[in-house]
Amino acid sequence: MVKSATTKDAQALIHSLRSAYAATPINLKIIDLYIVFAVVTALIQIAYVAVVGSFPFNSFLSGVLSCVGTAVLAVSLRIQVNKENKEFKDLPPERAFADFVLCNLVLHLVIMNFLG
Amino acid sequence: MDRNLGILVAALLLVASTTCAIFNPVSESHRSAASELFSSADGSFGSLEETYEALKTFEVLGIEKKPEIRTSACVSVVKILSSTSSALKDLFHALRVNGVLKCELNDQDFPGIGSKLKDSLNGANSLLDFYYSIGGLMLIKDQTSEVDVHISDADRIFRSIKALSQSDGRWRLNSNNPESSNDAAGIALESLAGVISLASSEIDSSLIATLKNDISKLFDGVEKYDDGTCFFDEKLVDARGHEGPLSASASVVRGITAFAAVSSENLNLPGEKVLGLAKFFLGIGIPGSAKDLYYQIDALSCLESIRGSVPLILSLPATVLSVTKKDQLKVRVSTVLGSSAPPLSVKLMQIFVSGSKDASVIDQKLKFDPENSVHVLETLPTNVDVGNYIFSFEIIFDEPEHKNKYATGGRTRVPIHVTGVIKIDSGEIAILENDLGSVETQKKLDLPGESAVALSANHLQKLRLSFRLTTPFGQVFKPHQAFLKLKHESGVEHIFVVANSGKKFEIILDFLGLVDKFFYLSGTYDLQLTVGDSVMENSFLQPLGHIELDLPEAPEKAARPPPQPVDMYSRYGPKAEISHIFRVPEKRPPRELSLAFFGLVILPFFGFLAGLFHLRANLKNFPKSIHATFAILFHLGIAAVLSLYALFWFKLDLFTTLKTLGLLGIFLMFVGHKTLSHLASTSAKLKTT
Repeated sequence: MVKSATTKDAQALIHSLRSAYAATPINLKIIDLYIVFAVVTALIQIAYVAVVGSFPFNSFLSGVLSCVGTAVLAVSLRIQVNKENKEFKDLPPERAFADFVLCNLVLHLVIMNFLG
Repeated sequence: MDRNLGILVAALLLVASTTCAIFNPVSESHRSAASELFSSADGSFGSLEETYEALKTFEVLGIEKKPEIRTSACVSVVKILSSTSSALKDLFHALRVNGVLKCELNDQDFPGIGSKLKDSLNGANSLLDFYYSIGGLMLIKDQTSEVDVHISDADRIFRSIKALSQSDGRWRLNSNNPESSNDAAGIALESLAGVISLASSEIDSSLIATLKNDISKLFDGVEKYDDGTCFFDEKLVDARGHEGPLSASASVVRGITAFAAVSSENLNLPGEKVLGLAKFFLGIGIPGSAKDLYYQIDALSCLESIRGSVPLILSLPATVLSVTKKDQLKVRVSTVLGSSAPPLSVKLMQIFVSGSKDASVIDQKLKFDPENSVHVLETLPTNVDVGNYIFSFEIIFDEPEHKNKYATGGRTRVPIHVTGVIKIDSGEIAILENDLGSVETQKKLDLPGESAVALSANHLQKLRLSFRLTTPFGQVFKPHQAFLKLKHESGVEHIFVVANSGKKFEIILDFLGLVDKFFYLSGTYDLQLTVGDSVMENSFLQPLGHIELDLPEAPEKAARPPPQPVDMYSRYGPKAEISHIFRVPEKRPPRELSLAFFGLVILPFFGFLAGLFHLRANLKNFPKSIHATFAILFHLGIAAVLSLYALFWFKLDLFTTLKTLGLLGIFLMFVGHKTLSHLASTSAKLKTT
């Protein structure tokens, strides 16, 4: 009985989350998708290292940090672009996007140097 | 400098032993050295001065000169003597060479040269100017009779040269230079002798007397060594750039000889000093350079014919005599160049024993052998046994007036080495019992000869070796070396000195005390006896046989025998191969696995694209018309930067990348700003409307 109540609650929770999420604007969803893509790539790299060992450690770090870094930058872009966020009301989203591009380029320069 | 040091060391060694030495006259080795040192590439010797030195040396030693030398030298001689602008020094050297070679010269040349030399003589104020002009005039006098070379104001010239002399008998080169040298003294004496011979009227005899005074003062400054050699030393480099006792002594000898030749009466030169000079030049042996050989030979040729004290050299063809072979002592007396001496006899006056104060007076005359021109002592005095001696000889002239013409230097001391066959007998080797000294084994030894004994002993026994040594005259003989060597089969050696009491030599090896020294090594030891000395003609090193030694076991603390040297060739042979340990490379995963994961990593990208499609993402907001270019350029710029990064990873270096990135960045900023500002203004318009 308790179990079914918990599962029912969980299902209800997930359903409400999904419906709430459907309401988000599409550009935010694109950003979310991008974040998921970056994180999954990072996880695959970690799985690879777990299998074969971390011999060129710098390469592993470089790959993982590139994924994580770009995910973090995307998160910050999302925060700045989100219209419901009152803090960044005056910041035009194009400006946030320009920052995102610039920071990504710098990040990837460093990553490529560290890749070895 | 080196020669000086060498002479000093040799002299010190001689002083330590005895003050005597052997000097040999000029011999074949000088001739062959002259041919070698004065070799020229194409017949010429460089300068005329060197040519003259070579020619003079060949002439004195009697060596045939090659015709190419004459042709090339005569060419330069003729060139210099015919030209009117030749320097004084060149004229002098050319005339000297001409005197030896007698080249074909134009007869008109001599008067011109003669007047030129006279002019420079009148205007001369330095010693070398006087020397070259007077020397040149003397040479012209010998070469042609057409030119009048006499000097009218000889007195004035004599005084001007004399003005440069110092009180110690040396001369200065010119009045400006305060330093005096022996070399300059020799030059001055030669010039003054030339003045005297060229003078048209007699020179004041008081001037010549002062000159004789100067010469005796010069001789007072001569340096001496204990073996009787004398020389004139030079402390500074002279005008002609030569330094050292050889050139200074040669110059003085030339000067004195020239002066003695023109002086009317006997100069009374100190005989031992002239003989000392001769010994100095002969004592050099064979010089190493052409210039030194010239100085030596030139000086010796002057000494050969110096008026009043021609040195006579007493030399011995052999200084090692054998008593056993009954060698005869032979003595030669000759001049410095090896020519024969006047009739004289040699007497052996005294014999000294080296290293002790024993001396015996002999006073025995040597017999003269006219065929070989040697004086022979047919039998050695009876008390001369093997050993080192010094024989003292004296020369006595058959005609007493020869004493005024030749210098012999009184007594001559010569070291003689007398050798002989030493008799060895009563050789025996025995093994003795330790306590009682009773003999266990005894064998006779045939020394020196073949013998191979085979003995055996243990550590409680002793080995005794004995023999007797006697000289040919039956005296006691103590050799320099008397060793017994025991060599183990592993190579370890032990050497013992055999001591003597009187004629008997005996050594007793007590193995009990030697066990430690032998490193407790038992086994076969080879025995070897060495007896030797420089006066012993039959010195020997003889293997005697072997001995089996039985020694106790080595205790723990005993010394190990020294490691024997390994075979000579293996020490320098190839060494063992070194196997290097390299860092083991990391294990890399198999290629297929890596490729599989590579594919796996690419998948999320496609997942991203699929998700975008699912979200119905579109490009509706893409700028139109004019602003489209900026937008496209913006995207292209980003693509360019990313491909630059890829290129950077593949092959570029950071500096090029950064440079290109800077340029691309500026471009990207520009287009990006344009695009995004347009987008921002568009959306702002949308918001307001």
